Amino acid sequence: MTTLKTTPLHAAHQRAGAKLVDFAGWEMPLHYGSQMEEHKRVRESAGMFDVSHMQVVDIDGPQAQAFLRYLLANDVAKLKTEGRALYSCMLNEAGGVIDDLIIYWTGGASYRAVVNAATAEGDIAHMQKVAKDFDVNVEPRPEFALIAIQGPQAVEKTLPLLPDDLRSAGDLKPFSAVWNDTWFVARTGYTGEDGFEVMLPAEAADGFWEKLKAAGVHPIGLGARDTLRLEAGMNLYGTDMDDQTNPLTANLGWTIALKDAERDFIGRAPIERSKAEGVPERMVGLVLDGRGVLRGGTRIETEAGDGVVTSGSFSPSLGVSVAFARIPAGVEAEELHADIRGRKLPVRVVKPVFVRNGEPQIELNR
Amino acid sequence: MSEAPKDLKYTKSHEWVRSEADGSVTVGITDHAQELLGDLVFVEAPEAGSSIEAGSACATVESVKAASDIYAPISGEVTEVNEDLADSPEKVNESPFEDGWLFKVKPSDAGELDALMDADAYAAHVEAES
Repeated sequence: MTTLKTTPLHAAHQRAGAKLVDFAGWEMPLHYGSQMEEHKRVRESAGMFDVSHMQVVDIDGPQAQAFLRYLLANDVAKLKTEGRALYSCMLNEAGGVIDDLIIYWTGGASYRAVVNAATAEGDIAHMQKVAKDFDVNVEPRPEFALIAIQGPQAVEKTLPLLPDDLRSAGDLKPFSAVWNDTWFVARTGYTGEDGFEVMLPAEAADGFWEKLKAAGVHPIGLGARDTLRLEAGMNLYGTDMDDQTNPLTANLGWTIALKDAERDFIGRAPIERSKAEGVPERMVGLVLDGRGVLRGGTRIETEAGDGVVTSGSFSPSLGVSVAFARIPAGVEAEELHADIRGRKLPVRVVKPVFVRNGEPQIELNR
Repeated sequence: MSEAPKDLKYTKSHEWVRSEADGSVTVGITDHAQELLGDLVFVEAPEAGSSIEAGSACATVESVKAASDIYAPISGEVTEVNEDLADSPEKVNESPFEDGWLFKVKPSDAGELDALMDADAYAAHVEAES
C-alpha cells in the first residue's frame, strides 16, 4: 500500500472530524458530517474547500505566450489585462482532453496555470516536453496551499482576513486575480457561487483556515464540491471527459478558440475535422422529477440508440436528481427514459446548468 | 465506533431487527450503515402485504452518494412501512434505530431470528470489515 499524500490542512481536517478518503492519491475530506448541509451552506452563506491537491504551474520566458497558444485549445492572446484568466482544455494530437485548467496572465511573459490533482504529473510532463521547442520555463509550484471560499457571503467574510495589500480583491471581476510576493487571490471557483480561490504559503494555510472558520465559513468536503459543480453545470475531468473524449461532445466547444486561423495548437486539426463532419454525440442536462437518482453510467434510452449519464446525483438545492448525459447528436426529444436498476423513469432534457448564484436555472415540476 | 443497541439482532449486510411484543419484527439499517451511505434522499420500501424472503433484496435506499439494496433479515409478510421516510428520508441518518425504521414483518418462521448476530458479534463483524 502506498502512503497517501496530505495537504498542509490535513491536521485541520482531522480536528474538524472529517471523513478522509483517498482522492487521486491524496487523503482528502469527503465531508465533515453531512454532505447535504455542507452543500446548502455554500449556496446560502459561505464555505471553504481545501484544494491544495491541485497543482500550480508557473510558465515564464520570452516565448511563454507562443508556447501556451500552441499548448492550449483556448487562446491566451485573449488575456489583455494583467491578472485576467481563462478556462481551457489541453488537448492531445487526436483532440482528446489531457486536462482542463485555468490559466492566468500574471504580466509580461509570465503565466500561472492550475491543473487537476489526478492528472498533474502527466500534465507537467506533457508541458515540459512541448516546452522544449520554445524559449520558456515550466515550473511546478508545490509549495502553495490552495483554499477556495465560495458562497454569497464568501467575499465579505474573506476580505478582512486577506493581507492588507490584497484587499483590492473585493473589486476583482470574475476570472481575475491580484497577488503579492507570497499570496495570490482569484475571483474564481467551482460552485456557481461568488467567491475566491486563494493560493498561499503552506505554513500560513492552517492559520488562515482557522480565521475563516471563526468568521463563520464552514469547511466543505469533496462530496459537496461534486454536487455543487454538477448543479453549476461544470464538467469534472475524468468523469465528463478524458483523453478519449472529443471536447465537442462534452459541452466544451465554447472553450476552443478557432477564430485565429493562423494559430496552430495541439489537437486543432482533428477538432476542425469533427466540426466540419459533425460529432455523433452531444452533452445535455437531465432532470428526473420522479423518485430515483441518476448516476454516472445510468443508461438513457433515445429513439436513436442509447446515451449514458456521465455525472449524476441528487441535487440538494433542487430536491430532485440532475445529471449530464451524452446522447446521440440528432435526438431532439424533450423527454427521454433512464434505466434505473431495471425501471424506466422519464427524464427531462434541459440545458446542463441547474443552479447559479443560489437560483434554480430549470423549471421545477414539484 | 458507531452505536449498536444490545436488544437488537443484526445481519452481516447491516440491517437490524427488533422483536416486538405482538410477535412482529421491525427492520432498519444500522448506524454504521447510514454512516457509510451518507445523507439519504430516497427510501424504496417493500409494499405492505408483500412477502419477503430472508437474504433477498427487498428494498433500496439511495443516498447522495450511492444506491444500496436492503436485504430481508427474515422471511414473512410486510405488515407496515414507515411512511414518514417518503418525505423525510434523513430520519434514517438522524435516528437509524428509532424514527428511521424501514418496515415491519410478520415472520413466517421466528426460528430464523436465531441465525442473526447479537450486538457484540455485529460489532466484531463491523470491526473486521473496516
